[in-house]
Amino acid sequence: MTSAQFEIQLIASLVAIACAIPGTFLVLRKMAMISDAISHSILPGIVLGFFLTQDLNSPWLILLAAATGVLTVVLVEKIQQTKLVKEDTAIGLVFPALFSIGVILIAKFANDVHLDIDAVLLGELAFTPFDRIYYDGMDLGPKALLVIGVILFVTILLLLAFFKELKLSTFDAGLATSLGFSPIILHYGLMSVASVTTVGAFDAVGAILVVALMIAPAASAYLLTTDLKKMIALAATFGVFSAISGYWIAHFLDASIAGSMTTMLGIVFLAVYLFAPSKGLIAVLYREKQQRIEVYLITFLLHLKNHSEENERHVNHLNEHINWQKVRSKTVLNLALKNNMIRIDNNIVSLTKKGETFTSKAIDYIVTYEDGLIEDMKDDFFLFRG
Amino acid sequence: MDVLEYIKLISSDYTLRTITLGTAVLGAVTGMLGSFAVLRKQSLLGDAISHAALPGIALAFLITGSKDTNVLLIGALISGLLGTFWIRGITTKTHLKSDTALGLILSVFFGFGMLLLTFIQKQPNANQAGLDKYLFGQAATLVESDVWLMTIVTGLCLIVLLLFWKEFKILLFDKDYALTLGFNTKFIDILITSFIVLAIVLGLQTVGVVLMSAMLLAPAAAARQWTNSLGVMVFIAAIFGASAGVLGTAISATQNNLSTGPVIVLVASVFVLFSFIFSPNRGLLFRQIRLIKNRNDLELQKTLAFMYNIVEDHENNSHPHAIKILNNFQGFSKKGLRDLVEKNYVKLDGEMWSLTPEGFETAENLYNQNQKND
Repeated sequence: MTSAQFEIQLIASLVAIACAIPGTFLVLRKMAMISDAISHSILPGIVLGFFLTQDLNSPWLILLAAATGVLTVVLVEKIQQTKLVKEDTAIGLVFPALFSIGVILIAKFANDVHLDIDAVLLGELAFTPFDRIYYDGMDLGPKALLVIGVILFVTILLLLAFFKELKLSTFDAGLATSLGFSPIILHYGLMSVASVTTVGAFDAVGAILVVALMIAPAASAYLLTTDLKKMIALAATFGVFSAISGYWIAHFLDASIAGSMTTMLGIVFLAVYLFAPSKGLIAVLYREKQQRIEVYLITFLLHLKNHSEENERHVNHLNEHINWQKVRSKTVLNLALKNNMIRIDNNIVSLTKKGETFTSKAIDYIVTYEDGLIEDMKDDFFLFRG
Repeated sequence: MDVLEYIKLISSDYTLRTITLGTAVLGAVTGMLGSFAVLRKQSLLGDAISHAALPGIALAFLITGSKDTNVLLIGALISGLLGTFWIRGITTKTHLKSDTALGLILSVFFGFGMLLLTFIQKQPNANQAGLDKYLFGQAATLVESDVWLMTIVTGLCLIVLLLFWKEFKILLFDKDYALTLGFNTKFIDILITSFIVLAIVLGLQTVGVVLMSAMLLAPAAAARQWTNSLGVMVFIAAIFGASAGVLGTAISATQNNLSTGPVIVLVASVFVLFSFIFSPNRGLLFRQIRLIKNRNDLELQKTLAFMYNIVEDHENNSHPHAIKILNNFQGFSKKGLRDLVEKNYVKLDGEMWSLTPEGFETAENLYNQNQKND
């Protein structure tokens, strides 16, 4: 591994961490699409900044572009306040307009300078080690590394300083306000950090892929934990993992680093989405199936309890009466037998003592509209689940 | 160049005519379908779908090696639909919210698409130039067959819209009711979503992945301000979309170095801005005017009610009183008094005022909701 390769991976990892922190809060606050809007609408800010400074890494350009990002948020909110359209429509109206202005500005005035739309969208991580910063002839490292390092440092400082305020206002905005934390300051603070991070990272990974780095790790982490600190840590880990593995994939395929980083993020999310222990797709589908069978079981038990006459409880009659397919009735019957809820003598099904108690309790809960409590009761009664 | 000259140019210049027709048809179809997206609160779905279509284009090229628009668009359609249904899967099966699902699919699919595009570019034999146009769109590459394709899809879309009009409408405004009536809401839902995806995919070549969502949203959001009827809204949105296409093409054709896509989006945005401000019922301008008028009316009524309270105790309702006694609680303004005189509710005589019988009656019924107000 050459030092350039190491530097690229370091930059990518720092970008991933710097994005994961605001990204987590954006996902939790249901504002993920704002990051998409910001990443598009900073374009005119970048172009204007570039006209003024002629340097893509100038701090002034970053601040100007970040201001455009915050302006987007303000515009979206203003449009939303008119109540003429919904919030998502407001977002969808603002950023394409600003982005178009940026594209037109580039096409009209910046055609021959070093600033093309591809670079803005994709970034060129591969070239970052060659744009170095020198002080007194001493090599201080790549410019992008310095820029993102400073941004990450400030982000972490802000996170540590305002962690509990952010946490509170994210989960209970009303309580936060009544305790005297200004939701507006926190909101715009977060938006500013997101904008600055987007601008700082766009040079490395491109404007749109910043969105992936903000949302995908946070979304993956959200499926795995409900603890905010763990979620941030997990998101950062996923980000760094995708950054480094993405780099090597790009290296072997000889393709865009940013593209393959995003693809890795997508693969990580897909894996978590499918296999997350309690919130993943497979777990959810399994639980749905389990619950469906258990609902059938309860229906079945209620039916038995309702009918004391023997002919109503004959297996053949039950099949006909409840009108379940064979497979399903077999599953339900087996489950009931395994849990000692019923016994079958001469094809007549009857409730056992345990089944009686369970069913009467279930009826009590149902008539008092406390169906939810049946869920807890299942733990006490069921040896085997559906 | 004036308008007449430009119209002449359209009829003589093949490219310009194709582009104008293409963008007009595209604007119409996206405007129509966009109305549904906006009303279903799926405004950003278009953004996600258009980004999600990119890997489909790249994969279609990788697999078939052909650069035929139709082949690439089928790839785009498939991956756009895949993205849409994955978004639905995420929001229904996990606790992630729709904004997260949209942003995630959008960025991940786009990133994957970029990976494939750069991969294709590095292939030694690939004649890849031209795939890039799907990023920002190049209306100039439209040919007649593309326009035909768009027209056919628009026609198809119109037929389906007319056939399923009441189903779409009921699904839009009261999904539960539609369910209880026995409509297959899932099928209708998939149908309308598929057509939205189709319209987006059609527009990729012209305005590109990044700006496509605005084509879907802007005409519909503008049309929404002018009417409360779905049919009218769809119609106006189609007109707005088509005019944005034609105007945008005209502006970019008469200037150097102006790509069509962004200009069309900006024109559509101007439509939205105009509608936001000047629409008679919902517009900000008329809303502000109504607000001021209401405030004045209230002020007037306050003075009238105040007078009524004073007059009430007297046997003769038209007994004159000094204006000064209205001074308590800022009971009147000079303009208010003048307006009252104008309406013939009050008579002024020097420093004295008196209620006319008409004014007394109005004041008496001021808070009577059943009375029709003028």
